[in-house]
Amino acid sequence: MSSTTPSQTTAADTLTVRVNGREVVVPRTMPEAVSGKAVPTTMIQACEAAGVTVPHYCYHPKLPVAGNCRMCLVEFGTPALGPDRQPLLNPDGSPVIRQSPRPAIACATPVSPGMEIYTDTDGVHAMRRAVMEFLLINHPLDCPICDQAGECKLQEYALDHGQAASGFDEVKVHKPKTVDLGPRILLDAERCILCSRCIRFTRDIARDDALGIINRGSYNTIAAYPGRQFDNNYTLNTADLCPVGALTSKDFRFRMRVWFLKESKSLCAGCGTGCNLLVGSRENRIHRFTPRQNDAVNSCWMCDEGRLNYRWVGRGDRLKSPLNRRSGATEWGTVLDETADLLRNASRGSVAVIGSARATCEELFLLKKLCQHLGARSDCVPREGEADGLLVSDDRNPNSHGARLTGVCFTEIGINLPYLANDIEAGKIRTLLVLGEDLTKPELELPTDLLGRLENLIVGDILPNPTVDQAHIVLPGCAHLEKRGTFINVNGRVQRFFKAVEPPGQAMPETGWLGGLLERLTGEAPARSAEALFNQLAEATPALKGLTWAALGDQGVTVEV
Amino acid sequence: MAEEHRLITKQFREAGYTPDLDCYLRHGGYDTLRRALRVTPEQLRNEVGVSGLRGRGGAGFSCGLKWSLVDRRSGKPIYLVCNADESEPGTFKDRQIIHLDPHQLIEGMILACYANDVHLAFIYIRGEFAEGARILNLALTEARAKGFLGKGILGGTYDLDIHVHRGAGAYICGEETGLLESLEGKRPYPRVKPPYYPAVLGLYQCPTIVNNVETLCAVKHVLAMGGTEYAKLGRPNNTGTRLVCLSGHVQQPGYFEIEVGAVTFRDLIFDPAFGGGLREDRTLKAIIPGGASAKVFRADEKVTLGGPGLEGAGPKRKVDVLDLPYDFTTLTAAGSMSGSGGIIVLDDSTDIVAALANLSEFFAHESCGQCTPCREGSLWMAKILRRLGSGQGRAGDADQLLHIADNIPGGRTICAFGEACSWPVQSFVGKFKAEFETKEAGV
Ligand SMILES: Cc1cc2nc3c(=O)[nH]c(=O)nc-3n(C[C@H](O)[C@H](O)[C@H](O)COP(=O)(O)O)c2cc1C
Ligand code: SF4
Ligand code: SF4
Ligand code: SF4
Ligand code: FES
Repeated sequence: MSSTTPSQTTAADTLTVRVNGREVVVPRTMPEAVSGKAVPTTMIQACEAAGVTVPHYCYHPKLPVAGNCRMCLVEFGTPALGPDRQPLLNPDGSPVIRQSPRPAIACATPVSPGMEIYTDTDGVHAMRRAVMEFLLINHPLDCPICDQAGECKLQEYALDHGQAASGFDEVKVHKPKTVDLGPRILLDAERCILCSRCIRFTRDIARDDALGIINRGSYNTIAAYPGRQFDNNYTLNTADLCPVGALTSKDFRFRMRVWFLKESKSLCAGCGTGCNLLVGSRENRIHRFTPRQNDAVNSCWMCDEGRLNYRWVGRGDRLKSPLNRRSGATEWGTVLDETADLLRNASRGSVAVIGSARATCEELFLLKKLCQHLGARSDCVPREGEADGLLVSDDRNPNSHGARLTGVCFTEIGINLPYLANDIEAGKIRTLLVLGEDLTKPELELPTDLLGRLENLIVGDILPNPTVDQAHIVLPGCAHLEKRGTFINVNGRVQRFFKAVEPPGQAMPETGWLGGLLERLTGEAPARSAEALFNQLAEATPALKGLTWAALGDQGVTVEV
Repeated sequence: MAEEHRLITKQFREAGYTPDLDCYLRHGGYDTLRRALRVTPEQLRNEVGVSGLRGRGGAGFSCGLKWSLVDRRSGKPIYLVCNADESEPGTFKDRQIIHLDPHQLIEGMILACYANDVHLAFIYIRGEFAEGARILNLALTEARAKGFLGKGILGGTYDLDIHVHRGAGAYICGEETGLLESLEGKRPYPRVKPPYYPAVLGLYQCPTIVNNVETLCAVKHVLAMGGTEYAKLGRPNNTGTRLVCLSGHVQQPGYFEIEVGAVTFRDLIFDPAFGGGLREDRTLKAIIPGGASAKVFRADEKVTLGGPGLEGAGPKRKVDVLDLPYDFTTLTAAGSMSGSGGIIVLDDSTDIVAALANLSEFFAHESCGQCTPCREGSLWMAKILRRLGSGQGRAGDADQLLHIADNIPGGRTICAFGEACSWPVQSFVGKFKAEFETKEAGV
């Protein structure tokens, strides 16, 4: 899961090959997928550089090469050498090319100077057609009920390279169709094309050698090792990697035809890594997360825990309406007016703010403005866990750097909390604004009756919790999947995410009600859009200097933090 | 009259010869080793190069060339593995050596190891050869006790040990890279070449030499008599002697040692020194010349040999199959191969469809299933043949078989098993098409 930056190349580091007659210059070596060691550039990489896609099943740029599907077979030639080992030349000065009598798999065969690769000959098409025929003879063709349908490489290549009729007139090989490999993955062995991607992923990327192949020949079947469950925290990536519908996610299985899913670019908010993902939703309901490739962050993967962390978004008990428990108001205009009055009347020094490092940079930016206007001290709530050495970070907040850079908290998140608690107990702080945190969580070790001592507890949150229960004013906000914004990950990667679904009821993005409060308190309406807020934040923050929302792109930008 | 030329089998086929060390020593055993340890490894490698010895495991690859490709600069240890997996149907020569003269193999291995700076070697023996493994282990113990193996061999500075590893019963473990995977304790999936050439990235990713049992015994004789002398046996590029395994419809099936190219199929099948003829009132129908995977010859086939650019020296001419000399180049030029030396003779009682069905069943069962064309194609062919053979033929079956078989070989698969499973089908159906078409009617 390391990121690799192409280094400066010189002519000696490159070589020239031809792909279907077109010249292309490629590096002599490329980093190996897992070890990062420099290994000779392969034909498939050269074709990619030439803009030619070679169909493939087993090859995956982030996995070790297996070379087993044979879909990527190509024809090629190399410059013929004379007895003096110098290239022979045609009358027109071009090198004489000696055609190889045997094809080669593009995914594993290194390129050499002057090599010519042909991906579009009759011979190559015939080989692809044959591989397709072989793959399909024993395939169950479950497409109508197969979760992979619509994003199935077998379907796609059957269309591109297959044939309409089948010469197969025998009884198919039958294999188990619902094998429970682990808590989150089911195997349909009949659909499996034995590309071994799943095996290589769990062995070489997740470093859990859990899967293998049993039996022989056409009866080969993927299996977890005897007595073992396929249960590491990365298993669901194999359902993505599986080019067919053999490995399915128990969570997503039979839930939704993929072609109905709207895809929105987002991030996982489960920890400080900020894995890039696509939200698959339909009719305002999220059905799945799938990782979105970002080599600076998560490569092509994400952890199972993060991937399955979406169901709560559609929970029925989401906070849907603003509420002032004292006045009974349940309408934004009134509740915000009343909240602003309350804050305006609070004596200086008697207001404190506890924000969240799960909030977006833009929200934290406005929260900080509010603190400054009110002269309120602030902090956020730390979330710590164990790093797994793969993707999961020990910082379980997605935006700790955002919280620091905006100044809502200090370098060590939560360091101020005991002091704030003291001042509440001492009656110095009488009004507390809490954004997206439950302060009664035992691991915070705050006094149990702390919130009861406050005169005013204003809470912005998404789901009910004991802090919300005690709040005088409740301001319902949005899951990050319901809004746009930025997070800065543990390595300083500033990344954007977009809205996938609408919030329930009257719930609104926190920048909305924070802006509403600021406007009421200062008489000036701050920018409301995430774009504008981020650009202002960047302008005002040395670490983000020169950045703009637009410049972040889909892959984000790394800043010094 | 043709005759055998015994080199490897000379001693152990004498009456009273026993596989123990004493007997081997009485017959001059380990003398070659004693002498070889006094010269440099390079000199020994040179002798093997000069001898022209070609591998006896199936591919007939030059032994000297194989050794010269070994990466000697990697700083990693170099390993040698003796391929004793002998699983090709129709092949039963290596087991004779192992059972009857294990020390000859061990001496050959020590010589090959010394010549290649190898200090650890393995004998990978097929799982079914339990008795062979026992005999080899016994012989290795004897050799260690007498200082032919271990630290400071024969009082010198050269160290070597050899271990026996038993397979678990899979033909694919004979393919050298599948063998190495298996030896490493993994599923014997042959490796993708490039990059995993054994000479560079073999056992445990170290340079490795894989040689057949008979090849390693031949090495002993090359070094005993000198490369030049050895090369005088046989024909250019087809030097020395080799063991052939004669099976099927002959009077005297068995193994024989011949000077390469000095005898023809006619000699091998009909000469009293070899097969001794067919069974009574039978005529010859077909010959599988080099193990089950070699392309079959029809008995009445005429083969074109010679001519410009064609292998099998001499002017262009038509030759009766029976008159083909048994050597590497001629059989390759004739469109088949001498492979593992397994000659299967089929007379006119043979149901050609059933014979091919039998072979295909074997290949479908033994395909490791790693790569698509072989995994799916081998079973598909077997299923059609099973059906054809049981009166369930359908129009077009013969052509369908050819279509499948044409889509497997020629570099489309990871290992040569792709060829092994499709060549029999291509040749049987191609050369006996009428018999397949008759069965298409469902008889
Ligand atoms: C499917 C397959 C099975 C093979 N089985 C054997 C075998 O049983 N014994 C053997 O010596 N070589 C076998 N070979 C050949 C080996 O891969 C290898 O070429 C040989 O051991 C090299 O030894 P040599 O150079 O001394 O002949 C097999 C090859 C293939 C493709
Ligand atoms: S894996 Fe693909 S081809 Fe197979 S049943 Fe599913 S959608 Fe159809
Ligand atoms: S289950 Fe899927 S990923 Fe695994 S080998 Fe089969 S087809 Fe490939
Ligand atoms: S050709 Fe056959 S035996 Fe060889 S690797 Fe492929 S599937 Fe396995
Ligand atoms: S993609 Fe090259 S063999 Fe599968």
